[in-house]
Order: sequence, then structure tokens, then C-alpha cells
Amino acid sequence: MKFNLLIGGKAGQGMDTVCVFLEKVLKKSGFYVFSNKDYMSRVRGGHNFTQIRFGDEPIYSHIEKLDLILALDRETIEIHSDKLNDKGIIIADGAIKYEDSRLISLPLQKVAKDVGLPMAFTFVAAGSILKHFGIKGQFEDFISKKLPEATRNKNIESLKKGEELLEEKFALTGKDLSKHLIINGNDAIGLGALVGGLSFYSAYPMTPATSVMTYLSKKSVETGIVVEQAEDEISAINMAIGASYAGARSMTGSSGGGVALMVEAFGLAGITETPLVVIDSQRPGPATGFPTRTEQSDLSFLLTAAQGEFPRIVLSVRNAEDAFYQTFRALNIADKYQTLVVLLTDQYLADSNITIPKFSLEELKIERHIWDGKGLDEEYKRYKVTESGISPRLIPGKIEGQVVLVDSDEHTEYAHITEEIEVRNDQMEKRMRKLDLFIKEDQQEPEYFGEEDIDILLVGWGSTYGAIREATEILSSLGLKVGALSFGDICPLPDKLLRKYKAIAKKVINIEQNFTGQLGKFITQETGFLMNDSILKYDGRQITSNEIVTRLYKEV
Amino acid sequence: MLDLKLYNSKDENTWCPGCGNFSILEGIKEAVAELNIKPEKLMMVSGIGQAAKTPHYIRANGFNGLHGRALPPAQAIKMVNPELKVIVTSGDGDAYGEGGNHFIHNIRRNLDIVQLVHDNQIYGLTKGQGSPTTARGQKTSMQFDGVISEPLSPLALAIAAGATFVARSFSGDKEHLKRMIKAAVNHKGYALIDIMQPCVSFNKINTFKWYKDRVYQLDENYNTNDKGAAIIKAMEFGDDGIPLGILYKEEGKPTFHDLHAVLNSGNVMVDRKWVPIDGEKFVEEFI
Repeated sequence: MKFNLLIGGKAGQGMDTVCVFLEKVLKKSGFYVFSNKDYMSRVRGGHNFTQIRFGDEPIYSHIEKLDLILALDRETIEIHSDKLNDKGIIIADGAIKYEDSRLISLPLQKVAKDVGLPMAFTFVAAGSILKHFGIKGQFEDFISKKLPEATRNKNIESLKKGEELLEEKFALTGKDLSKHLIINGNDAIGLGALVGGLSFYSAYPMTPATSVMTYLSKKSVETGIVVEQAEDEISAINMAIGASYAGARSMTGSSGGGVALMVEAFGLAGITETPLVVIDSQRPGPATGFPTRTEQSDLSFLLTAAQGEFPRIVLSVRNAEDAFYQTFRALNIADKYQTLVVLLTDQYLADSNITIPKFSLEELKIERHIWDGKGLDEEYKRYKVTESGISPRLIPGKIEGQVVLVDSDEHTEYAHITEEIEVRNDQMEKRMRKLDLFIKEDQQEPEYFGEEDIDILLVGWGSTYGAIREATEILSSLGLKVGALSFGDICPLPDKLLRKYKAIAKKVINIEQNFTGQLGKFITQETGFLMNDSILKYDGRQITSNEIVTRLYKEV
Repeated sequence: MLDLKLYNSKDENTWCPGCGNFSILEGIKEAVAELNIKPEKLMMVSGIGQAAKTPHYIRANGFNGLHGRALPPAQAIKMVNPELKVIVTSGDGDAYGEGGNHFIHNIRRNLDIVQLVHDNQIYGLTKGQGSPTTARGQKTSMQFDGVISEPLSPLALAIAAGATFVARSFSGDKEHLKRMIKAAVNHKGYALIDIMQPCVSFNKINTFKWYKDRVYQLDENYNTNDKGAAIIKAMEFGDDGIPLGILYKEEGKPTFHDLHAVLNSGNVMVDRKWVPIDGEKFVEEFI
């Protein structure tokens, strides 16, 4: 059993509040929830909507087909009614006139006005929706306690009045999900960093990355994490590198435009061998692009961004659960290899809430790889040439008589500027060797789903995980022999499973939210494999399982 | 006073003979030795340029970062480890040109750090282009017909932006410079010293003699606490004289650490204790 709701209206109508409420109620009532936001880059007006999908089994992505529309304005019906199932319903205020047999007009505004809080008409609607699905419980707990009591009470009253407006159509009961979370991708990144011992986060606001900073800032005093809003992204990343050099676990984040400004400092982290995690919450470019929409078009850019060569590790996150664990892992990897780790996410994940099993913290271990200087009886060499390429790292000011010098110029083992050929070669090779160790000890293969004997291999990365996973199931049920690889680690490219399934499949198709098929190109670069076909999307809206299936039949 | 030899670096110096940087370097060493700051508690931060090589020539912790970006890491280092005495040391191009935005916002934050600007009114490492402090009309290796833009008055800008210790010194007067550095280090909050310095290779106008003929020390009666007068004084620069000394000083303004809800505890972030399970309650918030 799965249902798909859409709540649409103008910015400023209170949609967010009621959506957060409905998501919480549904999850607490024992339903898996997946919600995603589609909003315009404006504070008032426009057309915004949130889709809330819920059911009695895990849900990994959104779909187009709707079971219920809550239309806060007429435009919502005009735009979305063609996606509504024949048996679905549209709930709208009586003042909205529209010819559709599925429309149920309710006196939402009037009821709210009678209660004394016209803005609460969304809660009247929420009450009706919950009644429609037969979901019962103590819902008032989920109305924000931060509201003034009188306002809160009026919201509660509106909710109750709303329940009286509709009959029960279903009688749904949920499961015990008290050991599950409902969380979005950016909060999961913030939480992963918090749990992972992050001490310093500096950034400059940019949608859709801002909420990582907001989350950490909210938790700053309780946890002791320093969160600094820098004057620009260049400052943000240079601060993060400074804090990391000084010994604090550090991270910065932005969207593509801000990350583009950070680029020179990528190399600074690389050559000074300072641990650093950079989050890129992607949105469509180029330049300002679509500020509030989604894309996976920063991959090619980030695989090579910055002058020169240095070891970099590029990871992507597939959903909020992955985002938590990968952020935690990224911090450990950055410390172990003393270099740059880029973590790619996007607007879709940033704004999607998902119900997932609670994170288990017992097995997580923070690994700092900081040297205590034991046995050091000569002048410390920050860039000592070692077999692994990793030089023991001291924290400045912590060891009596020892100083820690780092340098963005090519340098000797003591970090002094040099132009010696041999030293350059030794240092370059030392730094790049770190990736060999990463591949050996820490690299993760992509996740595979599907049968072992396949004709078609789908390849994707990051946030398309849910849609590709569902598409694979649909295609299998249609009799196709399909498997899929969803990449998390991208650079260096893990290629074992790719080589295995490429040898079995007749066709390899990359599915990406960009114009040029950036993962496909990287795979070709690294392995010589050519993609047989591509399903690419660059309209700023996240691909669905249904779209993959349809386009596979039509285009491939 | 600590032994000056403690600060001797083994690195080979690549500055031009006669460069003002030499006496600035000596001034820094003598000041920190007299202040008993051990090398491991001293943090030298720089960007790129000839002056920005200073961290290599003094034995101390050093962060020689990117061009124009000395202040962001310097501030962050101070945030996470207030036990380090942070001295930023870079040229006028690095501090006022490429790093101009950081210069302004760093003043707003008011961390307890010192910034020394080796101001020779020219770009040295890139061979003689105009800097933000090059005089209007001065011909350079890039501005063949002379610089058109108005030179920046960094000290007036700093005072206007809210800096609480703003001074000028001269590489040709090491004793004065040392006195200024010591006062800057002892000042609670951000302290700026703009150090006039000849560039023997690329600035044939602002020579040692040019400065020597113009600089004068502010007398004892000068009121360092009058902001309006200080801004006017800070803009005095040229043939009528260049004042040296503390142009503006304000005591008691809260620093970044004083106002920061996490850092005002005095905790050193580097020593922060944390294990993943400490995050359990924050995970629970998403149930």
C-alpha cells in the first residue's frame, strides 16, 4: 500500500508548515514517508508544491502519479490534475472553481476564519486529509510548540474542525516505526558531521547548501561546534583549512557557484596535506542557473577543479541514510589521507524527507590519525617521505619545542620552498601514493541491484539511487533482464563490479541528471568502456522510476 | 627574554640584499623573544609575495597559504586554538589587494591577532606592478603611463571599519617597529601595523631615503583615542610627512572570543572531546 499526495500553492501560504506537520504525523502513525519539494526562487507567490508519498514499506523516491491533491490555489489543479488517478481526489477551498469530477470543495477558509485564524486553513485541510485516510491519533503534539499558545490552539481547533468535513475512505494503520527517523539529506549531512566530531564549519549561504550550515549553527552551543558565516566562499574554505591545520575537524560547503570560488584552495588542502571535507549541494548551472532546483552537473568540474595535480577523493551520497554515514566516513578519510574529500549531494536530496532506520552510533569510530610525536628527537618533518605517502601529522603548539610549518609552494620535507627536481618528484609521488592506499583500504564499490544474469546494465550515481532502484524492479516485473549500479564513491573510480556486470550485459546505459553524461564520460576515461546509451535529464526536476522506464522503451 | 637563536630558521633567505624585509624579520624575532613567546606557541601566517615568505625565515609554526588569503586561516587558527599567538605577515598586494575583502571582515570579527603589512607600495614577487598603495601617477612595470587609481589609505579604512589598534611603522627604524609589534601583540583584539618598507628592486620612488625624509614619530601628546582625528591623521601621507606610531587605539572592545557563545568558555577547540555516541540525543530528534 502506497499513496502519493501533492500539496501545492503560492509561496507564503503556509504550505511548508502543514507539510512538515503531515509528514511527522504520517511517520509517527507508522508509515514510511518520502517527500520532496519543488519550489521557486522567490519569497512570495509563484507555484510551489511538495509531494508526500507514504506507505507500509520503505520508499526511496518520488513518483508522478497522484492519489490526492490539496490545492491551495487554482493553478495547482490546472498544473497537476492530469497526474491524478481516476479514483483520486482534489481538496480545495470552496472559493476555487474548477470543472473536475474528482474535486471536493470544502469550506477551508471559512472554518479557519470562524476559528479566528485565517492562516490555519491549511490545518483544516490537513484534518480532512487524515480523516480521508482514516488515520487517527493525538496529532496536536506535532503542531509546533514554538508557536504562541493561542495560535497553536487555533491550529489544533482548525485541525479538528477539518476532520469533520470529510468521511473516512480508508482505514489505514501503520507499523511500529519508533526506531526509524524522518530526515532530509542536508540535515543528515549536518548530523553525520556532528556525530563525526566536526569542530569547525565555515561557509557562505547558498541554496541548496545553506541548511547544512543552519543545522550545525542550531546545534553549535550544545555541541561546541564553531560555525562561522564567512564573507565569501574563498574565505570559508581557507578558514576551514586553517582550522583543520590547527587540529579541529573541519568542513565547508556550498552549491556549485560557491564551490567554484573555493577551487584554488582545493589545491591548498592538497599540497599542504590538510584534511578537508567540502560539501557540494548541486543545483542546475551554469552561473546562477536554477537556484532552487536539482542537477548532477558539477561532477566533471569537481573531478579536476583547481590547477595542478593532487590526490582528491570524490564521493556522492545516494539518500539521507547514505548522506549521514558518508559524511562521517568522509571526515575519517580526510584525516587519514590528509587531503581533500569532496562530497556531492543535490537539491533533491537536500529537500527530500525520507523514513529510514535509526542511525546506529555504536559501531562508528572517529579516527583522527594525529601523531603524538613520541620518539621525535630531531626537527619535525611535516612532509616526511613515507612508503604509504602519509606523513605523520603533528598539531601546532602541542609538542614542546616542535613547530609545524605548511606551505602552498612545492616544499622540502621540512615544508620550506624548493625548486629541486628530486624533491619535487619525491613529494609529488608521495602525495599521489596516498590514493593507492585509499583504493586498497577504503574504497567502496557501487551498490548493485537486480539479477545476476542481465541484458541491460543501468549506471547512475548519487541521488538517482531511489528512482533507478524502483525502475529496475519495474523493468524486471515487465520481463526485462536488468541490473543497476549506483555509484557512491566516484573518484578514484571503483571498477570491480562495473567490469563484472559490463562483461555480462549486452548494453550499458548511464542515467544522469546532466546534459553530457558526466559519470559515463569518467567511466570511459578510466576504463575505456563506452556507454551504449544514455538517459539524461537537465530540466532541474528529479527523474522518476516511471520516467526511466518510459524513456528506456522510447529512446533506447 | 628568550634566546633569539630559538627563532633561527635553517631555510636559505631569498630576499634581495638591502630589502626592508630583513629588518622587519629581525624586529619580529626580537619582539617575540622579549615577549617570551616560544616558537611552538607562535603562529606565523602569510599569503603569497616576498613578504609572505617570512614564515620560512623564522622558526615558528607557519602557514604559508594562498595569495591574498592569509587572514581567513589566521582567524580560524585563532578561533580553534587561542593559545597560539597569531601574527599575519604579508605585503600590501596580498593584504589590501587580493585580500581586500578579508581585510574588512576580519576587522569586523576582531579576533585577537596581529597583522603586519610590509607596505612597499609596489608588487615585488611579480616584478614591479602597481599595488593598492602605489601613488597616483607613479609609473610602474605595468602602468607605463602612471597609476590612475587613487591609492588606498589602509589605516583610515581600518579605523573606519572598527579596528582598535592601528599603527604605522618603518622598516628603517627597527626599535620603533619592535615597540609597535610588542604593543600590537599585547593589545586585546585585532591589531594592524602598516610598515613602510623600501623595495630596492622595483620601487625607485619610495626609497629608503624617500621614507626617511618624510616619516616622523607622533609625539606623546597625540591622543590615540580620538577616532575622527585618527582617521584624518591616518590619511596624512606624502611630502608633508608620514606619521609613525599608534594612530588609533581603543581599549575594552569585546573580541570575537568574548562574544562567541562557544568560544567564550575559553575552551581550546583542538582539545575538544567527542565520541559518536555523544550525538545520540541529536539523532533522537529526528524520530
